[in-house]
Amino acid sequence: MKNKLLARMARLGGLSSALLLAGCELDVLDPKGPVGEGVKSLILTSTIAMLIVVVPTIILSLYFAWHYRQSNTSAEYLPKWCHSNKIELIIWGVPTLIIIFLAVITYQTCHSLDPYKPLEAEANTKPLHVEVVALDWKWLFIYPEQGIATVNQLAIPVNTPIDFVITSDSVMNSFFIPRLGSMIYAMAGMQTQLHLLASEPGDYLGESANYSGRGFSDMKFRTLAVSGDEFNAWVEKVKSSSEQLDAQTYPKLAAPSEANPVEYFSHVETGMFDTIVAKYNNGMVMDKKTGQMLQMQSAMSDMNMKE
Amino acid sequence: MLGRLSLSAIPFDVPILVGTFAGVVIIGLAVLGLITYLGKWGYLWKEWFTSVDHKRLAVMYIVLALVALFRGFADAIMMRTQLALAYAGNPGYLPPHHYDQIFSAHGTIMIFFLAMAFMTGLFNFVVPLQIGARDVAFPFLNNLSFWMTAIAFILVNVSLFIGEFSQCGWLAYPPLSESQFSPGVGVDYYIWAIQLSGVGTLLTGVNFFVTIVKMRAPGMTWMKMPVFTWTAFCASILIMVSFPVLTVAVALLGLDRYFGMHFFTNDGGGNQMMYLNLIWAWGHPEVYILVIPAFGVFSEVVPAFSKKPLFGYGTMVYATCAIMVLSFLVWVHHFFTMGAGPDVNAFFGIATMVISIPTGVKLFNWMFTMYKGRIEYHACMYWVIGFMVTFTIGGMTGVMMAIPGADFVLHNSLFLIAHFHNVIIGGVYFGYIAGMNFWFPKVMGFKMNESWGIRAFWFWFVGFYFAFVPLYVVGFEGMTRRLNHYDNPAWYPWLLVAEVGAVLILLGIVCQLTQLYVTIRDRNLPQNRDVTGDPWNGRSLEWSTSSPPPIYNFAIVPHVHELDAFMHDKENGIDTRCAGGPYEAIHMPKNTAAGLLVGGFSLVFGFAAVWYIWWLAAIGLIGVIGTVIARSANKDIDYYIPADEVARIENEHSRKLMAQAAE
Repeated sequence: MKNKLLARMARLGGLSSALLLAGCELDVLDPKGPVGEGVKSLILTSTIAMLIVVVPTIILSLYFAWHYRQSNTSAEYLPKWCHSNKIELIIWGVPTLIIIFLAVITYQTCHSLDPYKPLEAEANTKPLHVEVVALDWKWLFIYPEQGIATVNQLAIPVNTPIDFVITSDSVMNSFFIPRLGSMIYAMAGMQTQLHLLASEPGDYLGESANYSGRGFSDMKFRTLAVSGDEFNAWVEKVKSSSEQLDAQTYPKLAAPSEANPVEYFSHVETGMFDTIVAKYNNGMVMDKKTGQMLQMQSAMSDMNMKE
Repeated sequence: MLGRLSLSAIPFDVPILVGTFAGVVIIGLAVLGLITYLGKWGYLWKEWFTSVDHKRLAVMYIVLALVALFRGFADAIMMRTQLALAYAGNPGYLPPHHYDQIFSAHGTIMIFFLAMAFMTGLFNFVVPLQIGARDVAFPFLNNLSFWMTAIAFILVNVSLFIGEFSQCGWLAYPPLSESQFSPGVGVDYYIWAIQLSGVGTLLTGVNFFVTIVKMRAPGMTWMKMPVFTWTAFCASILIMVSFPVLTVAVALLGLDRYFGMHFFTNDGGGNQMMYLNLIWAWGHPEVYILVIPAFGVFSEVVPAFSKKPLFGYGTMVYATCAIMVLSFLVWVHHFFTMGAGPDVNAFFGIATMVISIPTGVKLFNWMFTMYKGRIEYHACMYWVIGFMVTFTIGGMTGVMMAIPGADFVLHNSLFLIAHFHNVIIGGVYFGYIAGMNFWFPKVMGFKMNESWGIRAFWFWFVGFYFAFVPLYVVGFEGMTRRLNHYDNPAWYPWLLVAEVGAVLILLGIVCQLTQLYVTIRDRNLPQNRDVTGDPWNGRSLEWSTSSPPPIYNFAIVPHVHELDAFMHDKENGIDTRCAGGPYEAIHMPKNTAAGLLVGGFSLVFGFAAVWYIWWLAAIGLIGVIGTVIARSANKDIDYYIPADEVARIENEHSRKLMAQAAE
């Protein structure tokens, strides 16, 4: 019975750590951009560092449990022994060293992987700005430089840093494209930032990582990482749409809907994103460059506050 | 007249609920009928419901916890089944409205009514006996705490059949939980269940803090206190410091919902992140409230079955205290993704990792307690070794998520779900079950059946890995929590494996129920009786008295000379019981119905407040206040057990001990 116990425990323990490491086919461990790469190497480094303690701990626990079993009368038995400074030094010391190591890489990666930090790119690549609004239950993407907007489809040119500004016009959500890396919350009245870059073309899942109510499970979008030319063609396609997004059409879009199809808006009113943020702040919005609060004077400021 | 309540609140259109309701009614009537038939109402009322005896309350707490386990697990297996079905266009059998209630109820019930009730049950049973006390400091409050917890659990279950439960997750994050987005009664049921049970928990914290500070047997200095009592002490401090924060956070949410205020709303100056900060300032200490006592259980079980003292007692105490303090410095790790600066995230990430040092030290201490011991493979030890393996893995994934950079892709994924079930099942649940197997003979006077206990362990242990390792994997595949359906073919096979795991755990629970049944059936077999009161050659004072202990626990309060007081006495030929007396009359608290009445009126108040039936809420509130005033004015709250009676009980136990020794 005992041997079976230990064998099964060892197998299961080994299995689960093996699965943790065998992550090469898994989305967040098979990233398509530098942010995801950074996260992946961080996860692997920290896991290996911890396994230095974890594996001996598990093996020793099982070995002691087996070796000092009651029926093994040949094992030494010290019925009074309960203290050893040497052992205490090791059991405090080794974990402390590993945590110091992890603390250092934590501090470094908190800065290097800070979602608010702009990504470096080749000298002639200008970042693309995308404003993201979480709605019930869909994602609105506004491209201020192109003057267009889409729902549940995000096209981005590869090898171009994307500067996301994120808010919500409803409950809290979390903006997440597993293949590209970090997520960040979308919160009404607040603007969060995220910088991502796709280094390979592809069609990646985007989702909300924070439960937001009834339609949450279908609150997904596709991320189309395409070449610069294809991106321009996509912008033209969106611009050929007959739909426009302005103070009149926005409330219809913002009304709750589930499993919303992809929508294109050929024109979006300037300042739409700031207006959405401002409506929860008495018409004020923070200027991201100066940190000052500005009064929004948009024609759209009367479209809201009616919930 | 009935506020928001109307016939349409009863979910006749949901066959699962109608079936459950029918089942509950039939079983309920059968139980009530059986009690009536056996004429046990008076016995239950006098000996249990109104009892202020900590031992009786302990049993009631654990029964409550097992009922909560049943409900919480039913929710769990329904969720797993939904996700095993709802793939590629199949909507599954639970629409979001029902599914969202189930995962909210699952978390709420498992934490507040399974884990907390089980923990309080163990505190109640063990702490007074371990410190050589005759009861807790405030026996009536102890009874009141139980009833507040029990009625809050009833309120959660009423929501199954009248109205709905919250659909906002177990922590009801605003703004989703605000009336704008959740206008129904679900969140209100949640609010009142949390608030009412919170009263009970806070009183428990105060009660055990005072008990441990003031009522230790003479000679039991702090560093001679058993480790389980230390952990109960640290958990009580955590309760006293953190539960008021929960109460305030949920009260502010209540003010938003009931009075249209704007603490956490999107508009009007509200700030949802304030709620997240408050709820996690409670929530993180809460998980340590649960797991620290489990560490206490291991610290009692491992020495007993390794037949050696605990390795590094001092280290164990300091590690526990360090964890207690650090648990207040880490709450932001639950929302690194809110967009705080890198230095804030680094601080909370590193603080979180630091906790793993004292926690790891504890594991090593148990390991070196086994080292050079003579380990007896009692069922308790299976749970302990299962814990050591499982918890180590859970700790590792926890440190991974403590690194903000890694959390940015793992946050809110099923990896997170796997992690916290890894530590809560592998740490808290395994620990409490080990504790139940360990102290059961002390509580009941007979031992638990071992073979069914070991079977239960294997199903739970293997089932755990089947159920949660797949969730780690799909977490890496980008699957977020609380999804109702999905279409990603990579997730599907793993979720099928997880379903198998849930079924294995179900078999584990069936084995545990069988274990209880067999234990009670065979209670009179001589090998199962615990005549001596010391079935495991125990080390601390609870083993020095009879099993079950007399109502006064100790006829003569023992004197403590060393750590492991009872073992010290046994080795030095000291009679801890001072058998033969001289005995004195013992001052004891009288039973009271006040706790049950306050609980009952609170239930009425809570239900009425959920439905806006204000006249009924007024009756409930007046009932609560009136009962408290009446109780406060009551001077007839204690009595003396005469010395003769004490002598009779003690001599009878001595006679049994001698008969046993003669055999």
